[in-house]
Amino acid sequence: MPIKVLMPALSPTMEEGNLAKWVKKEGDKIEIGDVIAEIETDKATMEVESVDEGTLGKIVVAEGAQGVKVNELIALILEEGEDASALDSVSSDAAPAPAAEAPAAPASVPAEPKSAAPVTVPDVEDEPEIPAGTPMKTQTVREALRDGMAEEMRRDDDVFLIGEEVAQYQGAYKISQGMLEEFGERRVIDTPITEHGFTGLAAGAAMAGLRPIVEFMTFNFAMQAIDHIINSSAKTLYMSGGQIHNPIVFRGPNGAAARVAAQHSQDYTAWYSQIPGLIVVHPYTASDYKGLIKSAIRTNNPVVFLENEILYGHSFDVPDVEDFTVPLGKARIARKGSDVTIVSFGMGMQHSLHAAEELAKEGIEAEVIDLRTIRPLDTETIIRSVIKTGRCVVVEEGWPQASTASEVAFRVMDQAFDYLDAPVARVCGKDVPMPYASNLEKLALPNVAEVIAAVKAVTYTA
Amino acid sequence: MAASASGTAKKAAKGTSRAQVNRTIVEFDKDQELHAYREMLLIRRFEEKAGQLYGMGMIGGFCHLYIGQEAVVVGMQMAAKEGDQVVTSYRDHGHMLACDMDPKGVMAELTGRKDGYSKGKGGSMHMFSREKNFFGGHGIVGAQVSIGTGLAFANKYRGNDNVSFIYMGDGASNQGQVYESFNMAKLWNLPAIYVIENNKYGMGTSVERSSSNTDLSQRGISFGIPGEQVDGMDVRAVMAAAERAIEWAREGKGPYILEMITYRYRGHSMSDPAKYRSKEEVQKMRNEHDPIEQVRQRLIDGGLASEDELKAIDKDIRAIVSDSADFAQTNPEPDESELWTDIYMPL
Ligand SMILES: Cc1ncc(C[n+]2csc(CCOP(=O)(O)OP(=O)(O)O)c2C)c(N)n1
Ligand SMILES: [Mg+2]
Repeated sequence: MPIKVLMPALSPTMEEGNLAKWVKKEGDKIEIGDVIAEIETDKATMEVESVDEGTLGKIVVAEGAQGVKVNELIALILEEGEDASALDSVSSDAAPAPAAEAPAAPASVPAEPKSAAPVTVPDVEDEPEIPAGTPMKTQTVREALRDGMAEEMRRDDDVFLIGEEVAQYQGAYKISQGMLEEFGERRVIDTPITEHGFTGLAAGAAMAGLRPIVEFMTFNFAMQAIDHIINSSAKTLYMSGGQIHNPIVFRGPNGAAARVAAQHSQDYTAWYSQIPGLIVVHPYTASDYKGLIKSAIRTNNPVVFLENEILYGHSFDVPDVEDFTVPLGKARIARKGSDVTIVSFGMGMQHSLHAAEELAKEGIEAEVIDLRTIRPLDTETIIRSVIKTGRCVVVEEGWPQASTASEVAFRVMDQAFDYLDAPVARVCGKDVPMPYASNLEKLALPNVAEVIAAVKAVTYTA
Repeated sequence: MAASASGTAKKAAKGTSRAQVNRTIVEFDKDQELHAYREMLLIRRFEEKAGQLYGMGMIGGFCHLYIGQEAVVVGMQMAAKEGDQVVTSYRDHGHMLACDMDPKGVMAELTGRKDGYSKGKGGSMHMFSREKNFFGGHGIVGAQVSIGTGLAFANKYRGNDNVSFIYMGDGASNQGQVYESFNMAKLWNLPAIYVIENNKYGMGTSVERSSSNTDLSQRGISFGIPGEQVDGMDVRAVMAAAERAIEWAREGKGPYILEMITYRYRGHSMSDPAKYRSKEEVQKMRNEHDPIEQVRQRLIDGGLASEDELKAIDKDIRAIVSDSADFAQTNPEPDESELWTDIYMPL
């Protein structure tokens, strides 16, 4: 049987083209790779190379033909030993070989698998995460974070810490104090100032099965490395069909510190939370810093772990037990209340809790939820609370557009619309680059008064 | 303006004399010649078939063929040992075949089918095989260079004696992260072998138009990384260079750069009409330097194989490729439920 030469598609969007020129004539010998024709695609004139060898038996579509459909028969090649009589066996209107039909739109998109049961408020109280009577000690966020990392490094030789000034200098913010001494320079690694490079290096080491903790001096500088966080780490499990997992933690201070202005004061929570494949953690208490950094190091997923420089020095009670961990993806009810739900995380929690105390003096009991993990978002805990309170305020330091608050508000509208007694309100950072002047910086950030005002607005008590 | 004057001055200063290209070869025995022939032919025929399937609309999106460059990855792999890792760009089909990945799985990934290496979710540019130590298939120009440096880091961290082969194009060699990686690789003496496949163009931009110094093998000089230009069309020269670099890296002396002087016959991707170079340039390469033809000639001239034996190999390869194409067209598309899988490992 002669070999059919079909009109090729030579661009991702081509459906038909013109047959500009036949380079070979009937009777010419053809080797694999020979240019046999030129066609005009929607983009350019392209050469058609033969993938078969033989003799050009018959030109079916003549030079100059316009609008030749992709996969239409344009010529026949005789194989070695065949003569022209073989051409008769092929009718020129022979249906083109397996033409790839345009993919039909699927009848319906398969639903995202999730628990189907509607969220309800349980009759019984959930078990507290830290059982009553657990021995506690007071620690700063800084110490808790260090202890969490050190415990995981003792547990697993594959875990290592890499970043600028993490070893000899003990961390630009003194998070890795004592770690070089305990683990040595094989596992606590000072890098050159080379975010793009060392993040890619760590991403590769994770693909090879190691468990890097990448410290960014601050997350502002991770913008130079964001390609590896997203394209190399977050997407690779999917792109490899589940073969290559990426156990890596990207951590460091994020958001506003104090008077460091626009380039050094950005909250990236909402940015990273948009990416499927990433886990995004942004804790508030020392106990959560410790428990969550341990879980972040243990999971086989890439984790963006956002810290706050101001909180580093704050002290909290931390369970004084062996191997204390906090699960990823679970919010924490920081304060119980029945009148309004305040949803926040990180520094926003400080404003929210202060506001709740003030509001209590006026008889408004706020339930304050600390998200802790922003992706996957613990929607259930939020919805349960809103079902109870009927009102919701979201507080965060990041910018308002496409913020965590936007997402929480949408989910509340989507799943608890009938329970809402007021529109969801939010208190975000102002929609401006962070100013330097002390008074302007204060104005740019959320504060307690704004949270109180938002609560009063949704409870109609202003 | 003085631009034209300084332009000419610059031109005179740069440009490499091909005399520097290292043409030292490993003398191949019959088995090695036949092995190289088979491997390179498999890549060539596979790529031609992929091009055909693209033309039929069976393969979508971007598809970058490796035709012309076969000697590079085949020669490198001939010097590699079990456990050495490979990482490259989107022009990756040849690397996967040379890593002994199954042509059926590769072709089925190109057609986006369920038994493709990435279950149809990665496509031509994003494919992996943990089993064969092939770490992608990366679509972002230059990203694989830092990632590969991390693979080398892992070897050193674990104290094994494996090395990582990190492939990049001439165009990619201008990315900043390449130099960040070179610096760390030398600073920590990582067993990283950087293979710059200089096929003379990054899309439509020639090396002369993109690189202030066109001798890319010297790009590691300020870091203290040795480098050499190699005749990337002669599989024996590639293997000889690979052996030098591998010995260096396995001994703990750190990274090594091999600039392979090579050529791609086809356009940058399937939709590139390649108007930036002359037909004569392409034809000259094909006629005078074809990597497969060189081996073929040696086999015949040296009386190591008869025309008939080579024909039998051709037939065999064609059958493998044709099976892979049949498989890739009949294998079903991934189940719709796969849309939602492989996003997270269990929390
Ligand atoms: C960061 C980035 N920039 C641009 C592109 C688009 N692009 C894809 S391939 C390519 C040319 C690369 O040339 P080279 O490194 O020489 O590799 P070759 O294609 O010749 O193998 C460009 C510009 C990309 N994929 N990634
Ligand atoms: Mg190139």
